[in-house]
Amino acid sequence: MATLKELTQRESILSSGHRMCAGCTAPTIVKLISLASKYPLVVSCATGCLEVATTIYPYTAWKCSFIHNAFENSAATISGTETAYRALKKKGKITEEIKFIGFGGDGGTYDIGLQSLSGAMERGHDMLYVCYDNEAYMNTGIQRSSATPKGAATTTSPAGKVTPGKKEFRKDLTAIMVAHKIPYIAQASPSNWQDLVKKVEKALEIKGPKFINVIMPCPLGWRFATDQGIEMAKLAVETCFWPLYEVENRKWNVTYKPKEKKPFTEFIEKQGRFSHLKKEKNKFILDELQKEVDDNWEELLWKSEVGKVSVSA
Amino acid sequence: MPNYQALTGNEAVATAMKQIAPDVVAAYPITPQTSLMQKFSEFVADGDVDTEMILVESEHSAMSACVGSASAGARTMTATSANGLALMWEIVYIAASSRLPIVMPVINRALSAPINIHCDHSDAMGARDSGWIQLWSENAQEAYDNTIQAIKIAEDPSVRLPVMVNLDGFVISHGMENVDIYDDNKVKAFVGEYKTLINLLDLKNPITVGPLDLQDFYFEHKRQQVEGMMHAEKVIEKVAKEFKSEFGKDYGIIEGYHLDDAEFVIVGLGSTMGTLRGVIDEARKSGVKAGLLKLRVFRPFPKDALREALKGKKAIAVLDRADSFNAVSGPLFSEITSALYGTTSIPITNYIYGLGGRDTSLSMLHRVIKDTYDISKKGKTENILTYLGVRG
Repeated sequence: MATLKELTQRESILSSGHRMCAGCTAPTIVKLISLASKYPLVVSCATGCLEVATTIYPYTAWKCSFIHNAFENSAATISGTETAYRALKKKGKITEEIKFIGFGGDGGTYDIGLQSLSGAMERGHDMLYVCYDNEAYMNTGIQRSSATPKGAATTTSPAGKVTPGKKEFRKDLTAIMVAHKIPYIAQASPSNWQDLVKKVEKALEIKGPKFINVIMPCPLGWRFATDQGIEMAKLAVETCFWPLYEVENRKWNVTYKPKEKKPFTEFIEKQGRFSHLKKEKNKFILDELQKEVDDNWEELLWKSEVGKVSVSA
Repeated sequence: MPNYQALTGNEAVATAMKQIAPDVVAAYPITPQTSLMQKFSEFVADGDVDTEMILVESEHSAMSACVGSASAGARTMTATSANGLALMWEIVYIAASSRLPIVMPVINRALSAPINIHCDHSDAMGARDSGWIQLWSENAQEAYDNTIQAIKIAEDPSVRLPVMVNLDGFVISHGMENVDIYDDNKVKAFVGEYKTLINLLDLKNPITVGPLDLQDFYFEHKRQQVEGMMHAEKVIEKVAKEFKSEFGKDYGIIEGYHLDDAEFVIVGLGSTMGTLRGVIDEARKSGVKAGLLKLRVFRPFPKDALREALKGKKAIAVLDRADSFNAVSGPLFSEITSALYGTTSIPITNYIYGLGGRDTSLSMLHRVIKDTYDISKKGKTENILTYLGVRG
């Protein structure tokens, strides 16, 4: 991995002066990803917070070439750009080594953009797709997505008198991407920046389609203080709600194990979207959520251990 | 010497694509476009053309990938039909608004529901306000010629808009004709090297494509977009002139058949215009001065050429192979009456025909001629809209 000194000497593809909310963790993620690349980048982004707040015409916060097409097609769009690159390189019209990254939020990736992403991954484009997962449609005003955790209140799954927030567990998109059997898949968090940088560095050295899912705490949608974003990401990791792992050439590897797995309640207690779960009648949801986290973590550890055994054998 | 080859319309267009040799082609199968992309895929598989194919999982991704590719400075094509075009819809608009010179043959087919794979113009007519230039073909030769010309039209710096090359599903796409195929090198020289004005891959000059454009700029950008469309008519004529000098075939914005001395005129587009020529020949034999006006270009709409060509005529019948469901007329009728607004008071009627591939017979077209002849003599009509060849 590049040293901290080396990282600080690289230029971020995102300039300051963009119009993301105070406390938003998306620019931190983009910055870490861009610092991890020793190659020039060309990126696409789905319609969403990151796109609208960085490219208000006639301004742009992107120092590299950037394309926004629509909501559901960041992956298909950058797959077209990557193909154009190969076509023009073959003809000698381009000589530089360029890496391609598609960005999308969870709405643009888990939901409306899933087909576009699946198609691009299956076709084997040499690209990295990064989902910044803030667990709801934040840009349109905090509506539930398939990435929203069970129990979380959003504007379309409010905590009402009858319904206590979202009824369903979240979709495991990372596992869906693993099922594509692409060379590299990972989950990462801006709180564990070295882990994130390492994963991006690794991904960019691998030819073919890669996918990284990054948790992105949103002060507005999750309802926490604007200086707590990285802390929230850290708690997501320390509670094993958002495990850090990678699947490289079909081998699962947990890249960070908390010394002491914190109870899930520590992750949610400072978030307004879960405040209704403190009521006695909603306690059962907390139990279900804790069980889901435990089961997922156990399953992940098992996959990781079995993988190691079979490798060493 | 013409080099005639027996080809279907789709094979002829695939051959044009092979000769154009786009950098990137995105493809997704849909009837009746399939045999076009199958043929082109064979050319790629045999190394006859070095295009990079993107074999996408939907038409939405086909057009999305085309936008990503064209924004990277690559000459980019795709092709589709009916529901495929409908699925692309959102990105069809984005391609035009982003001023990307993508060329897309549309093998015209009826839109669902009910599902129907046969020819009508509801697909392309539905996309008439998407900002794409629309060329229409009467036969396989025209589909081939239009595809070659479309590249130059789309890429002209004063236009920079995507072009749909329309050809009737099955009638043209699967009908075999003698098509004069030009020399590969001549076609390559004619279309030339693509010089892009937008290039995501130019590392020295990074750009942002597709920014958020709010109340203070969006309107100006739309105004600039229509400016490109306004320039297109002259460019289409210029390219047609160059095409004639290179390949000897004459193309215009509109085409007349027995038009100059016609007392009344049937207006339309697509393959039925070929059938109509025969019907007009018959009418002429019996001394009826019928004429035909075919639109080769529907977008931009050739208002001035139509006004000029229809001056002094006594009646007009407009053939529409799509309904607009405005409960008044088909789309072509609306456009033509709008273009002639204030210039004439002659009766203009509308025939909606051939939906879902319904055969349009000689006798149906004879009826159109007879009706329009009668109207031209009377100078008026009560009935504007007729559905041709439909029961009930």
